Amino acid sequence: MALVLVLLGYGILSPGGRMLGSLGAGTAVREPDRLQVVTQSRMAYPQPKVLTPSRTDVLVLTPWLAPIVWEGTFNSDILNVQFQLQNTTVGLTVFAIKKYVVFLKLFLETAEKHFMAGHRVIYYVFTDRPDAVPRVALGPGRRLQVLRARPYARWQDVSMRRMQMLSEAAEQRFLREVDYLVCADVDMQFHDHVGVEILSPLFGTLHPAFYGRPREAFTYERRPQSQAHIPWDEGDFYYMGAFFGGSVPEVQRLTKACHQAMLADRANGIEAVWHDESHLNKYLLYHKPTKVLSPEYMWDQQLLGWPSVLRKLRFVAVPKNHQEIRKSESGGQPTGSPEGAGRAGRAAGN
Amino acid sequence: MHRKRLAWSLGLCLLAGASLWVLWVSVQNWLPVSYLPYYLPCPEVLSQYPQPKLLLEHRPTELLTLTPWLAPIVSEGTFDPELLQHIYQPLNLTIGVTVFAMGKYTRFVQRFLESAEKFFMRGYRVHYYVFTHDPAAIPRVPLGPGRHLSVIPTQGHSHWEEISMRRMEAISRHIAGRAHGEVDYLFCLDVDMVFRNPWGPETLGDLVAAIHPGYYAVPRQQFPYERRPVSTAFVADGEGDFYYGGAVFGGQLARLYEFTRGCHMAILADKANGIMAAWQEESHLNRRFISHKPSKVLSPEYLWDDRKPQPPSLKLIRFSTLDKDGGWLRN
Repeated sequence: MALVLVLLGYGILSPGGRMLGSLGAGTAVREPDRLQVVTQSRMAYPQPKVLTPSRTDVLVLTPWLAPIVWEGTFNSDILNVQFQLQNTTVGLTVFAIKKYVVFLKLFLETAEKHFMAGHRVIYYVFTDRPDAVPRVALGPGRRLQVLRARPYARWQDVSMRRMQMLSEAAEQRFLREVDYLVCADVDMQFHDHVGVEILSPLFGTLHPAFYGRPREAFTYERRPQSQAHIPWDEGDFYYMGAFFGGSVPEVQRLTKACHQAMLADRANGIEAVWHDESHLNKYLLYHKPTKVLSPEYMWDQQLLGWPSVLRKLRFVAVPKNHQEIRKSESGGQPTGSPEGAGRAGRAAGN
Repeated sequence: MHRKRLAWSLGLCLLAGASLWVLWVSVQNWLPVSYLPYYLPCPEVLSQYPQPKLLLEHRPTELLTLTPWLAPIVSEGTFDPELLQHIYQPLNLTIGVTVFAMGKYTRFVQRFLESAEKFFMRGYRVHYYVFTHDPAAIPRVPLGPGRHLSVIPTQGHSHWEEISMRRMEAISRHIAGRAHGEVDYLFCLDVDMVFRNPWGPETLGDLVAAIHPGYYAVPRQQFPYERRPVSTAFVADGEGDFYYGGAVFGGQLARLYEFTRGCHMAILADKANGIMAAWQEESHLNRRFISHKPSKVLSPEYLWDDRKPQPPSLKLIRFSTLDKDGGWLRN
């Protein structure tokens, strides 16, 4: 009798621990930005001047007080120390499905040069072709993990199912292995410093084609039947689906919400105009990001040149042969690019 | 006979266990989950607000709005108060305020509280903690709904410097002992001040400091840091970001506890060496904010000295000194 009660008690306690707000007592979950006493050692740097804004040409703070990260607004030395003291580990996720494995080498090599230098990094490469993942020399404290991904036939599905795969992997492994997640498109390369200045509980990146445009021009999903619907008089920014992230719990929430919204749309026979990007924009409108990255972090130099407002081009599109990459495996009709979807067309069109 | 007994007891235990489980499931649903989400949820009932403009056509606010470690510097024009209200109101937060009304400083409580009732965190649950050696001297000020006041009897000291230094200890003990069950965020304010304009959720953050009104336009070598290397509050010549005022600081409880406790320990170490920092706890606060940088900084709008003329760069003074003569008060 006592045994029964004891067993019942045990059964009650385990789900109970999870319920009480924090992420479960049993799992070794990492909680960044919280309760960590971080003591900065003495360093030398110029004094910030209260009467001198760091940038006078661009907005550096959203109306909800989230920093907009541009060159000139931050001091990497200070930030590096802050994050190093917390022993921060960053996960960088990338999807290389079917022919897109060809982009991995340049992506990883440039990431080794510019992404989170000096910090612990785990690359998570989702692919259906593990043998095609190139062997890139990685620096100390950095490793690569290949994860099996299901190759969907339609490129729109390849793009959208990333949300599902990310939310599942977040729960299964990311929570235990990294503090922050950065989710990026693969047909890109790092061209300049991308560091801990981007890290915060939830961040999105300004789409390069829309940062100067009025909200009515944003290519949000406008049909009320879709879960991703945003009315014409709403919207802060148009965020790019190719670069977003945050703490693992927040990315898990975001990807799960987007995936469920896409499932709901599918059940209603509708597909959002820019697929996962539409849903991402809806989510970030109603769950304001705690940092916004400027278009320095998402650029296409071939299409958009190098305007003076961008002092650095940090993460840029790889010039690619669209015909070649869009040819399906069977040699049939070009099907349009999955992970790089839409960026070229929309930027050129505007 | 025994078997029947056994069966009965087993049955009873199973029943007890089952009812316990049912009870637990129903309790689960109404146990308060204390969780402050990282993202700022924005309910769908968003009233229209203007789209933020990324490319600035004209000169922006004349103040720096981001520290080099990407903490916002809050001033009028950097935030949309309605948007923030929409975001923070549903979180059902309780904001605490500590003030020390020791000796003759009890005379400031009335005006402090009256102005706070008008301007401080309107529409939120607020809990004032008034630390005083003389509870009878604390006036009864009518408070709005959801707003409470507790008087915390505190031991007085003969010297005002001692009183000032003991604040860090009192605050950290208060957080550990009581505040952690009652409030989500806590502000530690000087009592000889008044609120003159709205002070809202734009000020909430993990660890919040305010820029001292006397030194915001001054090079760091002229900051009144403690300059004697023997003190734990020592700041060397090339160090320092801003000179923060000891009259305003705050944050989320856990971070604030670590901060105040750290200051208190440093003060004790100095005491053991027979030294008192140039500006008492403000010196220690400044030392600590260099190595534990605040996650949010308040512009001098939130800590102003009315004896100074208001410069054009400060659009809205929200919290400032009450005109008084310091001399006789400290005896």
